[in-house]
Amino acid sequence: MEKLSKTSKLYLTFVMVVLYAPIFFLIFYSFNSGGSMTNFKSFTLTHYKAIFEDDRLMVILINTIIVALLSALLSTVIGTLGAIGIKSIRNRKFRNTILSMNNVLIVSPDVIIGASFLILFTMVGIKLGFLSVLLAHIAFSIPIVVIMVLPKLNEMSNSLIDAAKDLGASKRDILTRVILPYIKPGIFAGFFMALTYSLDDFAVTFFVTGNGFSTLSVEIYSMARAGVSLTINALSGLVFFVTIILVLGYHFLTLRKTKGVRN
Amino acid sequence: MKSMVRITIGILAVCGILFYIAHALNQSSGASGKKILTVYNWGEYIDPSLLKKFEKETGIHVIYETFDSNEAMMTKIEQGGTNYDIAIPSEYTIEQMKEKDLLLPIDHNKIMNLQNIDEDFLDLPFDKKNKYSIPYFWGTVGIVYNPKLLGKGYDFDNWNDLWDPSLKGKVVLVDSAREVMGVGLNSMGKSLNSTDSKELSAATDKLIKMAPNVKAIIGDEVTQLMINEDAAVALTWSGQAADMMFENEDLTYAVPSAGSNLWFDNMVIPRTSKNLDGAHKFINFMLNPENAAQNADYVGYSTPNKAAMKLLDPEVISDERYYPSKETRKNLHVYKNLGLEKIGEYNEYFLKFKMAIR
Amino acid sequence: MKNKGNVFSLIPYYAWIILFVIAPIILVGYYSLLDLDGHFTLMNYKQFFTSVYLQMTLSSFWYAFLITFFTLLISYPTAYLITKLKHKQLWLILIIIPSWINLLLKTYAFIGIFGNKGPINSFFNWIGLGDQQILFTSFSFVFVSVYIFIPFMILPIYNSLDKLNPALMDAAKDLGASRLTTFRRVIIPLTADGIKAGIQAVFIPALSLFMITRLIAGNKVITLGTAIEQQFLVTQNWGMGSTIAVFLIIVMFIIMFLTGSKEKGEARNGKTK
Repeated sequence: MEKLSKTSKLYLTFVMVVLYAPIFFLIFYSFNSGGSMTNFKSFTLTHYKAIFEDDRLMVILINTIIVALLSALLSTVIGTLGAIGIKSIRNRKFRNTILSMNNVLIVSPDVIIGASFLILFTMVGIKLGFLSVLLAHIAFSIPIVVIMVLPKLNEMSNSLIDAAKDLGASKRDILTRVILPYIKPGIFAGFFMALTYSLDDFAVTFFVTGNGFSTLSVEIYSMARAGVSLTINALSGLVFFVTIILVLGYHFLTLRKTKGVRN
Repeated sequence: MKSMVRITIGILAVCGILFYIAHALNQSSGASGKKILTVYNWGEYIDPSLLKKFEKETGIHVIYETFDSNEAMMTKIEQGGTNYDIAIPSEYTIEQMKEKDLLLPIDHNKIMNLQNIDEDFLDLPFDKKNKYSIPYFWGTVGIVYNPKLLGKGYDFDNWNDLWDPSLKGKVVLVDSAREVMGVGLNSMGKSLNSTDSKELSAATDKLIKMAPNVKAIIGDEVTQLMINEDAAVALTWSGQAADMMFENEDLTYAVPSAGSNLWFDNMVIPRTSKNLDGAHKFINFMLNPENAAQNADYVGYSTPNKAAMKLLDPEVISDERYYPSKETRKNLHVYKNLGLEKIGEYNEYFLKFKMAIR
Repeated sequence: MKNKGNVFSLIPYYAWIILFVIAPIILVGYYSLLDLDGHFTLMNYKQFFTSVYLQMTLSSFWYAFLITFFTLLISYPTAYLITKLKHKQLWLILIIIPSWINLLLKTYAFIGIFGNKGPINSFFNWIGLGDQQILFTSFSFVFVSVYIFIPFMILPIYNSLDKLNPALMDAAKDLGASRLTTFRRVIIPLTADGIKAGIQAVFIPALSLFMITRLIAGNKVITLGTAIEQQFLVTQNWGMGSTIAVFLIIVMFIIMFLTGSKEKGEARNGKTK
């Protein structure tokens, strides 16, 4: 591993600082005893206390996480299989058509996706609520998974599969032992991007939700008119810290494990 | 492959646990087995403790859902698939919803507290005899400004003050065609419900002359900008102005005397309602003077409830900025539903103006 | 790869295309032919080609191009440097985590940061530059958009860089190639697939950006996405909104076909080198 030069380090630090700046800004004001993200008055923890007193907000947070995880998982499965299928299409024109179809949802503004899904769901008779939101999130996350997985597939040389075939591997084996391990980074990238899509979506969720089911985004956007409360800042801060702790914890756990194995 | 299987199982397990927690939380708040009332409202637009009080008093469980624009809310109610019992749209949307037959009539016999509402706010053109809607909050459109940041002694009693060359790059407008076109029309002494294309075109031309003064055309973020003193003058609704003034005491609010808009957010019962009785109970509950006062205190908007006003801080009630006198209100006009075609025209003109500000 | 074995695995994907892609396209196409009263008409298309919308289209493309360009400019070196780090996977996740915090909240934070009293202007004052207007400029618009899209660009590029064989670069060096030549002739072609994926994940959504145009650019930038949003939600003219959407979808198809035809050549490059 070659050492990074000073400028490289500086550059990376700069990128990281910019990426985290707005988040620290939000967290900073979550301790503000004033009511808004301006004029820091004095330090307080009331906004954090408010989170735990608000059952409704807790349920909404949990809903958001469940929908994000499940939709990311399912869209990753469907999208990965889809990408493998697209790769196997020989006819270039047909493949390009499918790929363009794939991107339609990425280019369509959220209101249109939301409105058309709403019409679709009410036509089919799906009850608006958890299921409709989950389906919608899976639907708009699939294309990004395909986009993330495809380059890895393109990179993989066919000789790898041919070799496996020659060695007598079954189709299932080829998929699980050759293709999937090779494209794993792409799959993870797709999963994480799907997670991002799901957590960030407001408009589509708004249209297809109902019967008391709500997600954090819908809640935050609808607060805009009368002012987003700092409880939301506190909640985001909390979620952020928990995520960081989980990620770091997982990282060092696996690090120790692999070290242990080596020893 | 193994790791992927493990992660999948892990995610499913986490979701399972979360499901259980959410279920338990719902249970403890009493969601099961009881009568349910679904309320559809803007976020942060009700004191949540009132919902709890209502649940206690009536035994009805309230599901509270939120929307961020009148139009989006209407689309959802129109499309069906949901059962909202109460919604709180603005007056022009109520007119549209009436046209589309999306509302159920309100039985006034079940709303004993209706007598608490100031008669001035009842029987208005958008809903004669209040057949479908009961006032929730009301307010005006005006100019919020920061005298500290402005050199001269402005009072913004006249819309034309906005064209003053000394305000170059200082004015923030709201991203809404009716409001901005209304400024143009009112400043020329025309009605903000004008349907005359010539007047609209003239108003646009006049607005374009204001372009150098316009710093930005934005939405609800204006609150943050004004509090932060990032902008000196803003066209906004009185409710938001109240929010700003609460956070930054230098700010003040004025409604030009030539006239402006008077707006209402009213409670309605959508066609999709499954609990008519509960919906009436809810409306009646919100009109109770004590509850209305508590709500007005929490949200910070002006209440139409005259009995509740007696319970509020007299200083607020006597403040012309929040509760303009009858005299001032004479020049305030409620938006009429001009029909989609005219609204489209308003927006085309507004777009033309927007293109001029870059 | 033979087609047969994948038939079953493709069923959910094709089902998705039919239900959630083709059905909405038909719906949008149908609406684009309706006027406000629900009668069939071609007026929407006529209006689209005669009005300010063309101007808007051009500016949309220009900004989408700028955003994609700067996102790539910042993401490529970042992805490259991350592959050189010791705990690279941890760093990668740290790049993604900020995108899980609600976008509206982050945008509010940016309004605060860019504001007259924000940290940036305090810094400018401190070094004696005085207050600068940052909010509501095309700079702030591009900056925040790039901010949003960075993870979408870094991930695919990182993936293609990570598997790059260091021996290749050593070989290039041994053959006397300068750093720049190595980068241009070896690294870039080998990561072309990743770059392309990143561009797809950024350029296409950048065309239909909205909200940021209002919050950060104060409506001084108007994109097609904003126009569609307005037509659907404010004017409630679903016909016109759908017409603009149809146009966007067609443009996207054209872009896909143009970049798609290059794909073969690039793939060959990658393999022979």
